[in-house]
Amino acid sequence: MNLVLVEHDRGVLSDLSHEALTFARRLDGELDAVLVGEEARGLVDGLGASRVHLAVDPRLDDYAPAAWAAALATLVESRSPEVVLAAGSDRGQEVMAHLGARLDAPVAANVVAAAGGDPFVVTRQRWGGSLLEEARVHAPVKLLTVAAHALAAEPAPASSPVVEEFAPALSDADLVVKVVRRDEPQAGKIQLGDARVVVGGGRGVGSAEGFAVLEELAGVLGGAVGGSRVVTNLGWRPHADQIGQTGARIAPELYIACGVSGAIQHMVGCKGAKRILAINKDPNAPIVARADYAVIGDLGEIVPAIVAALRSGG
Amino acid sequence: MEVLVCVKRVPETGARITLTADAQEIDTSYLGFTISPHEECAVEEALRIAAAHGAGTTVLTLGPAAAAEQLRNALAMGIQKGVLLETDGGEFDPQATAEAIVDLVRGRGFDLLLFGNESADSGGYQVAVRVAAGLGVPVVTGIKGIEIADGRLTARREAGGGWEVFEVPLPAVVSVKEGINLPRYPSLPGQIRAKKAELERHEPARREAALEKVRLLVPQEERATVQVLGEGADAAPRVVEVLRELGVA
Repeated sequence: MNLVLVEHDRGVLSDLSHEALTFARRLDGELDAVLVGEEARGLVDGLGASRVHLAVDPRLDDYAPAAWAAALATLVESRSPEVVLAAGSDRGQEVMAHLGARLDAPVAANVVAAAGGDPFVVTRQRWGGSLLEEARVHAPVKLLTVAAHALAAEPAPASSPVVEEFAPALSDADLVVKVVRRDEPQAGKIQLGDARVVVGGGRGVGSAEGFAVLEELAGVLGGAVGGSRVVTNLGWRPHADQIGQTGARIAPELYIACGVSGAIQHMVGCKGAKRILAINKDPNAPIVARADYAVIGDLGEIVPAIVAALRSGG
Repeated sequence: MEVLVCVKRVPETGARITLTADAQEIDTSYLGFTISPHEECAVEEALRIAAAHGAGTTVLTLGPAAAAEQLRNALAMGIQKGVLLETDGGEFDPQATAEAIVDLVRGRGFDLLLFGNESADSGGYQVAVRVAAGLGVPVVTGIKGIEIADGRLTARREAGGGWEVFEVPLPAVVSVKEGINLPRYPSLPGQIRAKKAELERHEPARREAALEKVRLLVPQEERATVQVLGEGADAAPRVVEVLRELGVA
């Protein structure tokens, strides 16, 4: 039996959880899912798992990484799964690291393929995905996280799972670190990670003011604006807008890269994009070779022309 | 108050990665070395906390003798002491790395241990959590804002376009992400001091890797050949056609 942690935030399923569930359903063996907290009860039917374990404790009212790992550890103890997996998200990585520490077991992070066998062989991402590693996991229980945007999420097959509530073995230490409050996102703002179109800018944009035309294009297309690491380091954009290995991973239908050279650390951030349109004055820029479409020339002229053409319906 | 920051020497990769013939490592014949952007920010954060709270600062790395370069870079930025856990160049997996760090820091009374969220090369996302578990202290990861007051640390993490906030009693381990600050450049006096600084050196024991690297692979490029839609503003109508074909306009 394999066990997948289904990540949610106050009862809302995370996007990457669908990818982790898709990956988990393709593994050999039965699939059990784990949800932590009473507020996740409404999610049990949509997971495509034969059995859903619901961790219930009045202290599990909000995300607490060590407590979520304790819930998984309780099931590892009682159910002896072969594989335990989670999404390759901030929370997924964090909870699996806690579980690995608790069980003194290795964790393979950002796995893209699990061949199984004994020893258990996985292929995982290094360098944010610009390199892969074939690795053996030597442990009775194999702990892994599923690399973000490495596979397309598929809808769960209809299932009416057996739901089993359990009380995880929690110590006070497991509850020391917990979300104590939130600053909610700005209402109506399209997030980089969710946008269908992302308009990204690099050094070629030239200045913070240069992003105005990119904002306009994103506005017309209902998309979001991002930037390369150069741009966030120069302070032209806030760091939250960075696309790349140390920033956001995007997966839009279209990524329009304006004045972006295409460093390897940037490309791993936009690998999830279905299509890339590069607008660049240098036809030999690495991004052009890795794009589906390119327009060569000055983005300061090209981008406003596209906006005008879209507005005129031409 | 004492702050420790942990960094890792990694090659500075260019536009293309080349592997050694045995596919065990990146071919670094023509590459310089650096640390991850997350870790540069961890060093900077240690310095800011030191300035605000009068803390002592130490930088630690586990790596080959040449990793002294990365320690000296941190010293040049203003970190006071450097510790090298010197390996023979062979890889320590995350468990072995964490164990070596715990063995060194246990009992040294660090109030705060800072890490990068994940290393640039192996990207395991776990050493900070394992070190915290080994020391029996709380940990929070992926942090882009730290405030310290009255022996408690408030940490902010980006979540879905907003922020989630954690409060952690000290001592604690925190892994940070790039964007928490903008790292300073080393000063000239700092560089001179760093060059002469005495480093503390140890040779850690290595436990057998439970996550065993078999080989590295360069992923295949999936993209088809690029279609050039035109040059300059004249290409705009063709671009709009493509946007419509793709269903995004």
